[in-house]
Amino acid sequence: MFIVLAFMFVGIVAGYLFRSRKIRFQNGLILTLIWVLLFLLGLEVGMNDNVVRKFASLGLEAAVIAVAATLGSVVAAKLLWGSIKNHEK
Amino acid sequence: MKGSLIILSFFATGLLLGLFRWIPSSWSSADVSFYVLCALMFSVGFSIGHQPDTIKQFRRIHSRVLFLPLTTIVGTFVGVLVVSTFFKHSVAELLAVGSGFGYYSLSGILITQYKGAELGTIALLANIMREVLTLLFAPLMVRWFGKLSPIAAGGATTMDTTFPIIVRTSGKEFSIISIYSGFLMDFSVPFLVTLFCSL
Repeated sequence: MFIVLAFMFVGIVAGYLFRSRKIRFQNGLILTLIWVLLFLLGLEVGMNDNVVRKFASLGLEAAVIAVAATLGSVVAAKLLWGSIKNHEK
Repeated sequence: MKGSLIILSFFATGLLLGLFRWIPSSWSSADVSFYVLCALMFSVGFSIGHQPDTIKQFRRIHSRVLFLPLTTIVGTFVGVLVVSTFFKHSVAELLAVGSGFGYYSLSGILITQYKGAELGTIALLANIMREVLTLLFAPLMVRWFGKLSPIAAGGATTMDTTFPIIVRTSGKEFSIISIYSGFLMDFSVPFLVTLFCSL
């Protein structure tokens, strides 16, 4: 985890050093790397026999919990965001 | 939405390839994932550092944003409590699953240890799904629930796997909040999972 963060900090320093130059490739690169990671996550899940076998029986319960947890957190975030916006006025 | 569909198609392609073993059996994606993630983080860092305005923008952000991790935890629990009546598992067990906050590897392992493989697998699946939901719907979340919502949805993953999509959808000025929130959420997972499994 800290190695991953270290890469980002090296990137920030590198980006800062090259700030006077126009560099446009990074947004396309970021998107491409996100696609590769999602592909690899799919591969990992698909190759995990234990998860695949139980997916049908446990998947529904997991899906409902995932949606409820995610929805609860974004609604809470909307309330916080709203209170911040109000306070700024 | 088009972006989400492209992302979903990459995930689905990987899933099918893995499912039907259309790849060499010696292949291990865990190492490759790690290198790709490092390359990704470098690129994201580069794009942040390349625009020094980003750091200035953080100063304009309100101090109430510091409450975002607590907001995420409370919102998650309320969401789980609402659906808890549908399942045979106890409320505490379901809250333990919710306390993974997308950190599926750790929560899956911990819950398997405390409560057995069934609840552990549910925790693994539910938290994978939370991460995937965040990756897929971050653009819609920003539109419907504001710019903090993908960070709340991402939970404990917002300093690594969902970080790039948050920076893309909420904006670079939210990168520091995303890391701050992900860092605290990461630490909360083992404590909260253990707490709810011991109830």
